[in-house]
Parts: sequence; structure tokens; C-alpha cells
Amino acid sequence: MFHKSCILILIVLLSACMISACSGEKSRQIPQMNFQEFETLLHQQNDTVYVINFWATWCKPCIEELPAFEQLNTEYEDQKVSVILVSLDFPNKYEQLLLPFVKEKNLQSQIIHLTDVDANAWIDKVSPEWSGAIPATLIYKGNDRGFYESQMNFEKLKSIVKTKL
Amino acid sequence: MKKLTLLTTVILLAGLTFAQTGYKVGDKASDFELKNVDGKMVSMADYPDAKGFILIFTCNHCPYSKAYEDRIIELDNTFKSKGYPVIAINPNDPAIQPEDSFEEMKIRAKEKGFTFPYLFDDGQKVFPVYGASRTPHVFIVNKEHGEYIIRYIGAIDNNHTDAEAADKRYVQDAVNALIEGGVPNPEFTKAIGCSIK
Repeated sequence: MFHKSCILILIVLLSACMISACSGEKSRQIPQMNFQEFETLLHQQNDTVYVINFWATWCKPCIEELPAFEQLNTEYEDQKVSVILVSLDFPNKYEQLLLPFVKEKNLQSQIIHLTDVDANAWIDKVSPEWSGAIPATLIYKGNDRGFYESQMNFEKLKSIVKTKL
Repeated sequence: MKKLTLLTTVILLAGLTFAQTGYKVGDKASDFELKNVDGKMVSMADYPDAKGFILIFTCNHCPYSKAYEDRIIELDNTFKSKGYPVIAINPNDPAIQPEDSFEEMKIRAKEKGFTFPYLFDDGQKVFPVYGASRTPHVFIVNKEHGEYIIRYIGAIDNNHTDAEAADKRYVQDAVNALIEGGVPNPEFTKAIGCSIK
């Protein structure tokens, strides 16, 4: 009896380890966050310019502008610029759409999957100017913040980032 | 003096920009005349017995719109008989988004068995007047003393992925409030959606 329960506990522990290892693997690729977890990235008080783009794999204008963010990420690699691509793909599309897309496009910027569905509770916390349409981009350094609910291109991104560096 | 003129100009321009962002809750809405998927033109004036309307800017291609299709049908089924029918309007330019062409709208309406008009904002003249910015984007219009008054702007509910899991059903609650002679609370919400193209 004692042995049996020991074995059972062992099995439970082992499977728990495996599950966490598995999700650890996932989170290294693209972390999934609710808004509370994500929010700290909107309020970093340091001398880095944060370029936070809200997109989704199904959003055509978002996909069109992704190369501009990737270029920014590459060209400003040595400077204090942090590009974060925040995917608003549906939570259940992580495996089916988001992971394959990121792999196929070989995206190099930091990516976060924001899975908090109660958007009315957090859109204003990103920016009161945001209606909720994507693409949308927040660019900030400390308290110097700009919000853009429009499609970006590299030149526009560069000019905004330069004013904040 | 120059500074003052500049300031006035800035204020005027800011006012203009603000005015262009569309209706706010409490504003009078203007009627429209748009082509339905059955080929007939539809206006709010065609519904003399309606107490108001659930106007929804939505489209074919957007995953958020798709996720809400069944819920939009349900809203129409619930509220048409109570005087608040759904009118859906596709605001997208098919030249940019071919999946949202009038022909594709007809196909989608038939496939899903839409119980409400699905109108095409040909030339994109109506959505900017209302200030719709995304799909789906709801404007609840209440008929008051012969005028169309906007009483709610925003999302359908607070969970686009799972209707059952939504614990705030904004549109349903707003229309029920109007039926009971009250005002919606909240009267304005936001949601993620596809930008209007």
C-alpha cells in the first residue's frame, strides 16, 4: 500500500515536471501573458526606447508592417531600443497560427502573446487614444510616450525613435 | 497677438479633428441608405415601428467579426421582436480587402443565415460619420422624439473567444436598459478589432 502510493506520487511529480518542462520550452519561444503580467513592460523607467507593436497573424496591415519593426530591431541592436511585438492572436491559435508564423517569417524581435480577452479592461491602460483597432504601436521612453493607431513604415519608426534616443 | 491667433488656430484645428472622430453617446445620428445583400436599399426610416437599432459595423474577413457572427444573429433574434433589430454594415473597401466584396457578403450572409440586413457601405461614406474604427463596432441607436440618438458605443461583450465565458454582455444589457426606459451603463466600451480598411 505504502509502495503503491509512493509510486503514484512519483508518477504525479514526474508528469508535473514534464508538463513544466514542456511549457518552459514554449515560454522560451513566445511567452503568453495576461495584461497584469504584460503591464510592467508599458512602464519601464530607464533610458531605453520601447517600441511596442500590437499585431496578429490574421491582420493584413500588421503583417505588412512587421518587416519595418524587424529592421528597426536589427539596425538599433547596439542602441537602447527594445522592439516588442505583442500578438493579439486568439489564445487558442497559439500552436496553430502564431508559432508556425513566427518560425516561417523567422522573426527576431521579442514576441509576447497577450491572451487577456477582456480588452475593455486594459485598452485604455495601453493608451486612452487607442480605439482597439490594430495595427497599433506604443513608443515610449520613461514618461515620453507616443501612441500610433496606424500602419507604420521604417522611416516613420526611425524618425520617432530618433527623437526619443 | 500673433501667438493668440496661432493658439486659436490650434484650438480650432483640434476641434475639427475631434469633430471628425464621429459620434459620441448622446449625439443625434443621421440615417443612411445602403444596399443590402438582397439588392434592396435599406434605411433606418424603413422601420417605422422600431424603437431603435443595434447598428454593427462588421465584415466577412475579420476573425473578431467571425467570432461574433452567431452572437449577432442571437442579438437580432432576441431584440427584433422587442423593437431593436440588428442592422449590420460592412465598412471595408473590397479593393483592399477582396473578401469583403458585395458578392462575398451575399455568400456569407446566406451561409450563416443572417436574419438581419447586411449592408455595404459603398464608397465608405457612412462609417466615418459614425466614427467606427474597427470591426465589429456597435452603435446602439434609440428613437427619441423622432430622432435617432446614440445610446451606446462599443463592444458586444467582454470575451470574443467564448460567448459562454463572457460575464459582461454590454449590448444585451444596454438594449434591456433602453427597453426598461433607463440608460445603458456602461455606455461606452472598447475592444480589439480589425482596423477598417
